Amino acid sequence: MAIVFQRPHALRDTEMHYCPGCTHGIVHRMVAEVIDELGIEGTTIGVSPVGCAYNNYLYFNCDMVQAAHGRAPAVATGIKRVHPDNVVFTYQGDGDLAAIGTAEIVHAANRGEKITTIFINNAIYGMTSGQMAPTTLIGQVTTTSPFGRKPEIEGYPLNVCEMLSTLKGAAYVERVSTHDIKNIRNAKKAIKKAFQVQMAGLGFSIVEVLSTCPTNWGIDPVKALKWVEEKMIPQYPLGNFRGKDLEV
Amino acid sequence: MGEKILMKGNEVIAEAALRAGCRHYFGYPITPQTEIAHYFAKKMPQYGGTFIQAESEVAAMNMVYGAASAGARVMTSSSSPGISLKQEAISYSACAELPAVIVNIVRAGPGLGGILASQCDYFQATKGGGHGDYRMVVLAPSSVQELYELVVEAFNIADRYRTLCMIMGDGMLGQMMEAVEFRDSEDICEADKSWAVTGTGMKRDHNIITSIYIDPEVLEKHNQKLQEKYRKIAENETRVEVYNCDDADIIVAAYGTVARIIKNVIKTAEKEGIRVGLIRPVTLWPFPTAAFEKYAQVPQAFLSVEMSAGQMVEDVRLAVNGKRPVHFLGRTGGMIPTQKEILEKIREILK
Ligand SMILES: Cc1ncc(C[n+]2csc(CCOP(=O)(O)OP(=O)(O)O)c2C)c(N)n1
Ligand code: SF4
Ligand SMILES: [Mg+2]
Repeated sequence: MAIVFQRPHALRDTEMHYCPGCTHGIVHRMVAEVIDELGIEGTTIGVSPVGCAYNNYLYFNCDMVQAAHGRAPAVATGIKRVHPDNVVFTYQGDGDLAAIGTAEIVHAANRGEKITTIFINNAIYGMTSGQMAPTTLIGQVTTTSPFGRKPEIEGYPLNVCEMLSTLKGAAYVERVSTHDIKNIRNAKKAIKKAFQVQMAGLGFSIVEVLSTCPTNWGIDPVKALKWVEEKMIPQYPLGNFRGKDLEV
Repeated sequence: MGEKILMKGNEVIAEAALRAGCRHYFGYPITPQTEIAHYFAKKMPQYGGTFIQAESEVAAMNMVYGAASAGARVMTSSSSPGISLKQEAISYSACAELPAVIVNIVRAGPGLGGILASQCDYFQATKGGGHGDYRMVVLAPSSVQELYELVVEAFNIADRYRTLCMIMGDGMLGQMMEAVEFRDSEDICEADKSWAVTGTGMKRDHNIITSIYIDPEVLEKHNQKLQEKYRKIAENETRVEVYNCDDADIIVAAYGTVARIIKNVIKTAEKEGIRVGLIRPVTLWPFPTAAFEKYAQVPQAFLSVEMSAGQMVEDVRLAVNGKRPVHFLGRTGGMIPTQKEILEKIREILK
């Protein structure tokens, strides 16, 4: 009998701690599949964030380093400069990357650091129980914007891909989503390309993945996927922002 | 030994690091230590190494965290306000047991303070500037020659114990031109770094570098392991210079550039018939408590002279443990204690 579905080798045989319906796990799987397909597990070094994915070093089979909140791109820079022939990736949430770690991501991208960032935008701080993130939508209720995010008080959602795509060092910038099968397939293609861009030495690559946090959004997993499609995509349009035609 | 050349303290730091096999430097400009970065920026390419001017001290120290995780000999340098920003990754590195060397060419604080020489970061360096129960080795050279030797030593201690080592100097030492004699080659400790992230090569289980231990029992165990390591470091790596202390009327405690001033005071006092001893901690942590214990009953009193409002004096008092009075003379703001005022203080104490 042909095996049609199995755990990628780059993912360890461990139960993940994510909530039911959370898309963190799906993204882990895609990253691991890409590592398998490119045959790079033995040379890859991942950097875990502070956020719900803080201990994904337990899930990936490659060497892993856990970084301070927002500092993964700086930590990855240190690793990559020591091992320029290895593949180095960071996995970061939107609080991690777009709030406390804004300086680190902007400058890693601007240096054209040859690393790949998987950026999980779930419009909220998941781990610390649902506070407002820089990516929280206008009107979105969170534990620290209980009356809905108001631009005159909390400013506007931060569009990371649009911002980073103005930087020459950012070779590949793409936003994808996890809300249905078709988009998950696209997401995996983008993740693969981002790794290939790094392997070709072309510069910094990032894939922003629109994700769900049913627990802190206070809705069920199915509604959460709908919410991504109907509310998040209008603010965070999908597609490539840089490096679409790169040959890898 | 090799040739003797005249060099600036800050440049010697960088040269010593290169000789010790450091090929990765991450920093952010701040006076009075920028020559360290200038030197690396010029030299690193010749050595095939990495020099990065980071976006901040926060980023620089986190780059150090990454490079140390990857198994490299790595260094950063800064001055007081910048060292404050490095505390995050200092604490994380201590927990993850990463070896690295940090140079603090201290300037006067608090706040943005001034750019002149000071020893006001003693507490921060020796009592834990970052959060959590950790220690780092703090080395305080008092000459350019010693600066060279201790930088090399710092890399070895860092690797041997998987610990952070800080070189604490001040702007006077950093800017000082002095003769330095380099060895032809350095004794570099070949530490086992099989724990580092290098890629598994599909030949071993994955390595993990982390500082998070959610389970309290596991975290306590990890803390006990760290404390045991610090105990070993204290046992093996405490360094101190004891000078003129037998039969001393008074023993002065001073480190770094201040200890140089005391050596001149010793000569002048001798002429007045006052015998002044000097205990100069070379490691500020581990503090050379035993040297103070040994001489605790010898002089009439102790005097701690510092470019601070009174920091090391607390450790001197603990070490002397009430056996003799411990006095303090300090200048702050970048002011340097003069021989004259030190001598007056000594006369007043001995009256
Ligand atoms: C320096 C520091 N500040 C704050 C925290 C607390 N903290 C942990 S996770 C987190 C937010 C993470 O949110 P995000 O990056 O969006 O990840 P998610 O959990 O949503 O995947 C915060 C603020 C911390 N660990 N360290
Ligand atoms: S809190 Fe949200 S982001 Fe975190 S695991 Fe649960 S659903 Fe996922
Ligand atoms: Mg989030």
